[in-house]
Amino acid sequence: MLQDILVTGLVNGGVYALLAIGFSLIFGVARIVNIAHTAFYMLAAYCFYSLLVKAGLGFAVSGIVSVAAVTLFSVLCYRLVIEPVREHESAVLIATIALALVFQELMLFSFGGHYLGIPSTLDGVVNLAGVSVPYQRLLILVVAALMLVATWALLYRTRLGLAIRATANDIEVASLMGMNVDRVAMATVAISVALAAIAGVVVAPVLVVDPFMWLSPLVTMLAIVVLGGLGSLKGSLIGALVIGYVEAITVFALPSGAFLKGAVALSIMVLVLLVRPEGLYGVVFEEER
Amino acid sequence: MMRSFLMAVALAAASTAQAQGTIKFAILGPMAFVQGENHWAGAEMARDEINKAGGIAVGGKKMQVELIRADTNEVQSVPDATNATERVISRDKADFLIGGFRSEAVLAMQEIAMDSKKIFLGAGAADARLGENVEKNYDRYKYWFRVTPTKSPDLFRSLVAILGSIGDQMRQALKKEQPAVAIVAEKTAWTEPIMKALQATLPKMKMEVVGTWQPSAVATDVTAELSAIERAGADIVFTVISGPVGISLGRQMGERNMKAVAFGINVEAQKDEFWAATAGKGNFVSTLDTYSEVEITPKTVPFVRAFKERYKKAPTYTAATYDAIMMLKAAIEQAGTTDADKLVPVLEKMEHVGTAAVASWDKRHDLIWAVGKTAGIGVQWQDGKKVPFWPPEVKGMQPFKMPAR
Repeated sequence: MLQDILVTGLVNGGVYALLAIGFSLIFGVARIVNIAHTAFYMLAAYCFYSLLVKAGLGFAVSGIVSVAAVTLFSVLCYRLVIEPVREHESAVLIATIALALVFQELMLFSFGGHYLGIPSTLDGVVNLAGVSVPYQRLLILVVAALMLVATWALLYRTRLGLAIRATANDIEVASLMGMNVDRVAMATVAISVALAAIAGVVVAPVLVVDPFMWLSPLVTMLAIVVLGGLGSLKGSLIGALVIGYVEAITVFALPSGAFLKGAVALSIMVLVLLVRPEGLYGVVFEEER
Repeated sequence: MMRSFLMAVALAAASTAQAQGTIKFAILGPMAFVQGENHWAGAEMARDEINKAGGIAVGGKKMQVELIRADTNEVQSVPDATNATERVISRDKADFLIGGFRSEAVLAMQEIAMDSKKIFLGAGAADARLGENVEKNYDRYKYWFRVTPTKSPDLFRSLVAILGSIGDQMRQALKKEQPAVAIVAEKTAWTEPIMKALQATLPKMKMEVVGTWQPSAVATDVTAELSAIERAGADIVFTVISGPVGISLGRQMGERNMKAVAFGINVEAQKDEFWAATAGKGNFVSTLDTYSEVEITPKTVPFVRAFKERYKKAPTYTAATYDAIMMLKAAIEQAGTTDADKLVPVLEKMEHVGTAAVASWDKRHDLIWAVGKTAGIGVQWQDGKKVPFWPPEVKGMQPFKMPAR
């Protein structure tokens, strides 16, 4: 049973990590409360489905076009919906909730409430310590690791990353230093949505595509980012693995309580916050800044 | 201004004249979802067939069938369903109500229909309380009849009957006296009685229960559950699932090349779209179902073929709105009226040979359960096709298959 928990927790943690990186960037680093983040993930999954399954384009073309289209669309949404209310956090929150619901209803109108399946990019299964793991899940782990490294490099090794961190730290000072804070915020939204879209393209084949698929990951992502510490990519990775392992342990230790796995994960998050309100790596991030 | 007024008066007069020659059937269902689509499609087929043949004879006068499409959106919102029901009664002046899917919504819709003394033929919800209401307060609830599916306890009887047949096949194939069963039931109200009854019944059927897993009804990932089930050595994964987790379970079992076979209620596996939704991984998944090209009644095969030709996919159980309209047609023609109080005793005594079942009702206005009549059929996905396998005595059934070991 131990090997089942170790492998299952790691693989599911990888899925969460891929989803959490973009959310960590937008919510944790740029401090833009974009509730529509996972709705963009949903849009990317639908886009990928349409191009791959309906239009018959290949995996690579469908994936690249989906990520590019959703990213460009997010820039448009930023200019029309988020930028006008950017200074008021609660207004951004409400505007992005509305945006997410509009996306949901649009998908419901266009595709109906049908549950759709996307073929795996990599077919087959590998046996790890006696546990069957599909290749697609390993692909998710690899992509999550690559995205994590790429995002870290962007934030800490480029001028844009410096601008994003500076704007997140103090928007007025950043503006006084000559940074175009609106453009930086738009770039942050675009990068984080691109990460969400990549997650949609890579993760959707192991799940089910439907208009409500954005809701459940949103809660989990919120928990991971808060648990890991606002703004810490390392924290998000650890948070994702913690949630992945807690869920696996819940299912193995309490089969008839498998439906509680989300609630147990969130309870642990609350406990961690009670003991360490800044999250696991929140302080480290503050020092880094 | 005057011209608009005159036009409105003319339109109102025209609509009244039209209404005089029609009987209005409100079709209530979640129209953006497969259940509602099938509600509507089944009703359309009945309407076209009846109207083409001249209509329904009411006391020597032929009346046309008029359908009112009411999107209940009940999958997302119970209040939307009650609003739709109110609307078809008060605004659209529906004569009869047909449909409903989600039990919580249908219980509320039933109240509204009974307030207005409208005959409501249920075509989707299995909750036993809908029929219990009729027994407890006949005068109020006598206008309710369940057309499909059978009530939850009877669904359980069907499941046990099919499981017995699969168990026998498995004992022979595996040379194992007690096949191991893992129960996977989504955590919802309707699965609780079935799950408890299963846990008590399976040992009596000489089957070992290796565990019960209860994922959330909206879960889309069951990898942890399947790892545990694989480790427990299950031969059968007994599913009691109506949500998207049914697709994930079928797909992920296929991806892992699991040797266990899934059977039970898996609403998603009843749909033609299941194979594509599992990306072709849902082989051997089996479920209780209603329609297939088998002779449950002499009308089943022609109906399924006509449905496939018209809608390019097979009907699901909510398409039994077709049967509901045909039952009402027969009752109206027999009683010579559309008066609800006069139709109720006619329906109560009726045995209707429909497309989904040979229907007759008990004192709760629930379908009387019988294998080959109302118990449904067992179907299994085999290489992209949904193959019927139970009850074996019905013409057109094919063998149940198991994954190679």
